[in-house]
Amino acid sequence: MPLPPGVSAKDFLAVLRQFEGVVGKEWVFSSDEDVELYRDSYSPFWHEPEDPVPSAAVAPDGVEQIQQIVRIANKYKVPLWTVSTGKNLAYGGSAPRLSGSVVLDLKRMNRILEVNDRNHYALVEPGVSYFDLYRYTQEHGLNVFIDAPDPGWGSPVGNTLDRGGGHTPLRDHFSTLCGMEVVLANGDVVRTGMGALPNAKTWQQYKYGFGPYVDGIFTQSNFGIVTKMGVWLYPMPEMRFSGTVSVPKHDDLIPMVDTLSYLMNSNIVLGTTRVSSPVIGQARDAELIALRAKPGGASIADLEDYLKRKNLPYWSIELPFYGPTEVVPAQWAFAKRKFSSIPGVQFRDGATTKLPPSAEDLAKVANTVPLGVPSLAIFASIPRNSYGHIGLSPITPMTGEAVFEVMDVFDKVFQEMGIDNVGVVPAGTYYPRSFFFLFVLPTEHDVEKNRKMRAAFKRLVQLGAEHGWGEYRTHLAFMDDVANTYSFNNHALLRLHETIKDALDPNGILAPGKSGIWPKQMRKARA
Amino acid sequence: MSRLRLLLALLAAAVAAAAADPPSAERGRAVYQKWCTPCHGTGLGKPGTAAAAAHGVKTPVLEQRQDLSQKMIESAVRKGTGIMPRFRKTEISDADLAAIVAYLVHK
Repeated sequence: MPLPPGVSAKDFLAVLRQFEGVVGKEWVFSSDEDVELYRDSYSPFWHEPEDPVPSAAVAPDGVEQIQQIVRIANKYKVPLWTVSTGKNLAYGGSAPRLSGSVVLDLKRMNRILEVNDRNHYALVEPGVSYFDLYRYTQEHGLNVFIDAPDPGWGSPVGNTLDRGGGHTPLRDHFSTLCGMEVVLANGDVVRTGMGALPNAKTWQQYKYGFGPYVDGIFTQSNFGIVTKMGVWLYPMPEMRFSGTVSVPKHDDLIPMVDTLSYLMNSNIVLGTTRVSSPVIGQARDAELIALRAKPGGASIADLEDYLKRKNLPYWSIELPFYGPTEVVPAQWAFAKRKFSSIPGVQFRDGATTKLPPSAEDLAKVANTVPLGVPSLAIFASIPRNSYGHIGLSPITPMTGEAVFEVMDVFDKVFQEMGIDNVGVVPAGTYYPRSFFFLFVLPTEHDVEKNRKMRAAFKRLVQLGAEHGWGEYRTHLAFMDDVANTYSFNNHALLRLHETIKDALDPNGILAPGKSGIWPKQMRKARA
Repeated sequence: MSRLRLLLALLAAAVAAAAADPPSAERGRAVYQKWCTPCHGTGLGKPGTAAAAAHGVKTPVLEQRQDLSQKMIESAVRKGTGIMPRFRKTEISDADLAAIVAYLVHK
């Protein structure tokens, strides 16, 4: 395995011995076999030299151990790449951005310090998974509702730090963050918000404390190592209901999305939904395949006619409602009234689930995440015959016009570049006030296919930026590309990030390259 | 609901109790329940089970298979297979892995 850049074999051996002195020999991993486990299982660089390889991994069990590790890393200028549960698949998993980094594996720090169901929050360490948190609430009979991202093996700390999203009312995970503990590169320990007040009584109830609000700078960044985090939970709702709205014409999407926006921004529709259409994504119906194969592709009139003959809507949106049993039916009735001005609109009642769900209810659904129960069901929707995937996820306005434009622009590139087998989640509402598109691009153990996919990915990042759509998060391989698209005023934001980086971490030991932020001694190589 | 809670409590207790034991099928069952069933268990929403079924495996739930070997299990856990990623030793230790093998192969 590689050495950390600029570190001699002799010094690295000394580092490993000192790490062993801190955490115990059992928790320092340096054999090829053990380090291999930290590589990205979904790498888009499989079999290529660019595939990042750590030099070793170290797994502390507490804040004091982390303080000692960063002091050793500073002394020898060894880069550390922090992971929580290490399951950030599609974004790099537990692999570092920079080969030769030592992975700081926080999986052993898996204590659930508090779950409070009077004020509805949790205080957790980074190694706690959503599965762990759910089990804890069940074992203790707590009246809280977990908003998990699609794979439940991720960590509330890690997912919130990467600004991930879920499916239920508290789906924008950064918005649930309330207080954190951070080890800085110099070993100092900081508590944010009310946590800075010794004996604070409201660390997880009031986010801001006093003075500048700094929590955001520790997300998607390399400015510190987060060792504790408060996250708000939702009070257990009485029920979940979903109702589907469908419209027949292509242009109906514009008033449909405007109405959706009204309902979501009014907190009437609570939860993640998406726009769907039988004519988006991979076609399986022979007639639709033939229509698309026409010179110039299928026209809107062709598709409207096709859907009318098949008795299918052009667009559908499944609306999730969470709340009291008296209120949810009234919310659905109100939503139907708001959509009813669209000619030909149709409504269909979906499932009603009393919450918390019973074991019988859970057994009836493939994906339990919208019911507040973490799951891995999402992996069933990954493109077949792939060895993983990466996600291209532009954020766009929440308008019908944006949906038309995104699908048109991105589809053309996929067709031109011969990229098929792409999964599409169009116009999701994982975050308030905007749409989140997800294009799932398969990664394979085939160098040429991965090269083609990466070229398409880079082109789409650039093309999206030219249209004003930025990526919300990205895989290690594209962090520089995405950071460079946020280039207003000669990359003023990236320059600010670099100024903070230099001040907090002058030796550049924390996660070099994360989100395109490199320590000053490595920036020349980037340019 | 209370039945589900009870089952989860028993599972947690089993994992905790089993952690101190030498590798055994009993410990393997607890580790398996925690790490493997979300993907390879019975019922809906189990992608590993669904993938095995799609590949023509007659008994796609791992616990019910008779053809698993130590080598197959160790390779899947440490090297991954298909979209199943590798598992690190901070997740599934060597002792845990041996216990899973004991449970699935020598049950």
